[in-house]
Amino acid sequence: MKTPDFARFSQTLKKAKLRLLKMHFESGIGHIGGNLSSLDAMLLLHTQVMQQDDLFVLSKGHSAGALYVTLWAAGQLSDDDLQQFHKDNTRLPGHPVGGWHPGIRFSTGSLGHGLGLAAGAAMARRLQKNNAPVYCLTSDGEWNEGSNWESALFIAHHNLHRVTILIDRNDLQGFGRTGEVANMEPFGDKFRAFGFDVLNIDGHDPRELHRALEQQDGLPKAVIMRTVKGRGVSFMEDKMEWHYLPMTKEQYQQAVDEVERA
Amino acid sequence: MRNAVCQALVALSQRRRFAFLTGDLGFMALEPLREAMGELFINAGVAEQNMVSVAAGMASEGLPAWVYSIAPFAYARPFEQIRNDVCSHRLNVKIAGNGGGYAYGSMGATHHALEDYGAMLCLPHMRAYVPAFGLDVAPIVDKMADTPSPGYLRLGRCEKPAGFELPPYAGWRKILSGAGPVIAAIGPIAGGFIGKLAAMDEQKRPALWVVSELPLEHNPPPAGFAADVKKSGGLYVVEEHSAHGGLGEALARVLALAGGIPPRFGHFHAKGYLSGRFGSQQFHRKECGIDADTALGVIMEGR
Repeated sequence: MKTPDFARFSQTLKKAKLRLLKMHFESGIGHIGGNLSSLDAMLLLHTQVMQQDDLFVLSKGHSAGALYVTLWAAGQLSDDDLQQFHKDNTRLPGHPVGGWHPGIRFSTGSLGHGLGLAAGAAMARRLQKNNAPVYCLTSDGEWNEGSNWESALFIAHHNLHRVTILIDRNDLQGFGRTGEVANMEPFGDKFRAFGFDVLNIDGHDPRELHRALEQQDGLPKAVIMRTVKGRGVSFMEDKMEWHYLPMTKEQYQQAVDEVERA
Repeated sequence: MRNAVCQALVALSQRRRFAFLTGDLGFMALEPLREAMGELFINAGVAEQNMVSVAAGMASEGLPAWVYSIAPFAYARPFEQIRNDVCSHRLNVKIAGNGGGYAYGSMGATHHALEDYGAMLCLPHMRAYVPAFGLDVAPIVDKMADTPSPGYLRLGRCEKPAGFELPPYAGWRKILSGAGPVIAAIGPIAGGFIGKLAAMDEQKRPALWVVSELPLEHNPPPAGFAADVKKSGGLYVVEEHSAHGGLGEALARVLALAGGIPPRFGHFHAKGYLSGRFGSQQFHRKECGIDADTALGVIMEGR
């Protein structure tokens, strides 16, 4: 694992966040809330943790913007690429389409698919004597999907300990709070009962994130990241509507001001 | 055909490296494959959605994967996983469904597969393979393995009359010649026509063609078939599948685009459960009028 440079990471995160806001504002589309809750983890993973052979699967495909910006920050997508976000003739639609870029292997967006894909990749790696890890980022509402629990059972049963699930626990889903739609608590205990090593961390603290990703104890890992939807923009934070709304010019300017000042 | 597919995959596993995942099925059939494949044979449990996603993930790492279950559990339950995870990425995953059509008979409607290859063929890059006879299974398995794209294999029960000599496997085969209208059949249901046609006067009986691979854009009708249809002026398609998405629709489209459907065109296909009662595979075929006796009666009357 790379030696982290947290001061530099903090600057990179700010830059990425501003680029993400710009990209979403210019394209006039929503989903910004869940992008801001998961950007820290995606960025840290790609810039401070992952090696060349490691695999990242974005199961919460609606955070495609954060993935694109992360790949941009890691030098794997250009500014010109990002300019095409959500436009006609683009390779960067609102949910990732896989197969054209090494950092975007799978098309995701329908929830409950990424973890099974990650499990299969990890199983194939084991069978082919490849020890490189597989990371899968899910949302929290996504755990309403039965297929996710099928995959969790498979991963635990086969002890695919090179799989790390990162869960963006921002407590909000499509049409309500997760606790009100389908209460999943005790969430961590469910993973523990399946046979996972469970870590509860602050998903916006790079040191905690790094420590959690570094930890190895021979079990598949579920990292439950407490996050805030719309993190860093006061009027978006913990608001369900920012799953959907595009920013007005005034809102965009305020968001930029707040991120720059932070 | 379960044993045939097991033998074919055992043989394949000696030449190729691939993974095989079963949805907790295969008792008294797949044990030799489990033995032969070792760690590459995975019982994925009663969790078909995950099984297909896992297979896609494995194929994305360069390890082709086969998944197996009773047909509706293999293609219908994990349809979105086949669509998004397998087909959209054009991954080398094969879906093997046992019990095509009404093969599970009185086990009930949940176990029947009446729209399987039609549903699969709506998906990008997917090819469907429907062996009519047990002897077709090995060449089809080899062909599927040689085709690095998504594939669906519909298995059934071989109904070839004992002692009847088949021509070598091909996507289109003329099984019996005849001067009457042409029958194009897909799947094991073709076997029921052989004995009855063989007992008829060749100058009057229909010719029997068997189709085993779809879509037709990858397996176009051969010139001999077109000539038979043109000469006789009649074509009847027989399949244990819904009309929608089946061979009948596909063939009608191909013929229409090529200049015209013959004056006499009929389509014998599965019609669900007309009486609401359940029984053997033969019971359901009879109820739909797709069994050999009923269909040949209609065809020979020129209806």
